[in-house]
Amino acid sequence: MAKRSNEPFLWSLFSGGGMIAAWMFPALLFLLGLAIPLGWLEAPSYENLLALVRYWPVRLILFGLCSLPLFHGAHRFRFTLYDGLQIKHLNELIAVVCYGSAIAGTVLAAYILWNIP
Amino acid sequence: MRQAHFYTLYRPKWYRKRVSTWWWAQQWRSFKFILRELSSLAVGYVGALLLWLLWSLVRGPESYATFLAWLRTPLFIVMSFIAFLFVLYHAITWFNLAPKAMPLRVGGKRLPEWMIAAPNYLVWIVISAAILWLLIGRN
Repeated sequence: MAKRSNEPFLWSLFSGGGMIAAWMFPALLFLLGLAIPLGWLEAPSYENLLALVRYWPVRLILFGLCSLPLFHGAHRFRFTLYDGLQIKHLNELIAVVCYGSAIAGTVLAAYILWNIP
Repeated sequence: MRQAHFYTLYRPKWYRKRVSTWWWAQQWRSFKFILRELSSLAVGYVGALLLWLLWSLVRGPESYATFLAWLRTPLFIVMSFIAFLFVLYHAITWFNLAPKAMPLRVGGKRLPEWMIAAPNYLVWIVISAAILWLLIGRN
C-alpha cells in the first residue's frame, strides 16, 4: 500500500494562502512598503490603526492574512529548493525549516492579535 | 502538486540522465516558472512585515513610529519594491492559473477560461480598494 501522505492537507493551506496573498498582498505591500515610506500617502495614525485592529472580525482576517500565506510561501519555497536547486538530500530538514517557520509565524500572529490592548 | 520522491535502499537503479542544477535557466518557460516559485520569498516578506506592524501596534505609539521609520530606509524601500514586483507576478499567475486548476462545467461544457479568471481580478480590485480605504481613507 502506498504511504499515506500529508500532501492534501498541506495543499489546502497552500492554495488558501495563495489566494489570500494574490488578493491582498499587492495592495498591502504597495501601501506599507512604497506609498507610505516614499511619502505619496500619509501613514494611518496609531490611534486609527489600533481602533481598526481592535475589532474582532478584523483580527480574524488579520490572523488568516498572516498565517495562511506563510504556509503558501513555505510550501512553494520548499519545492523551489527541491526542484530548482535539486537539494534532495536535505529534503526533511528543508521541510522542517519551511513549515516550522510558517507554524512559528502563525503562533506569533495568534499571540500578538490576542494581546492587542 | 509535485509529489516528494524519496530514495529507497535496494532499488535497482535505472539509467537517468543527470539534470543540471541550472536546468531552469536554459529556457524562458522554466525560468518564468522559477521566478513564480521565488515569489514565495516575497510572500514571506509581506507576512513578516505584517507581523512586525502588529507587534509594533501592541507595543505602543513609539514602536509604531520606529516601524514606519525602518520602512523609510533605502534598504527596505528597495526590498519592498522588488517584493512588490514578485507579489504582483504571483497574483497575476495565480489568477490565470485558477481556470486550469478548477475548470467549471455548465451543461457538460467547459466554461471559457476568462469567465473564471475575470471574477478573480474583479475581487482583487474590490479588495485592494477596501484596503486602501481602510488604511488611508479614514485619516
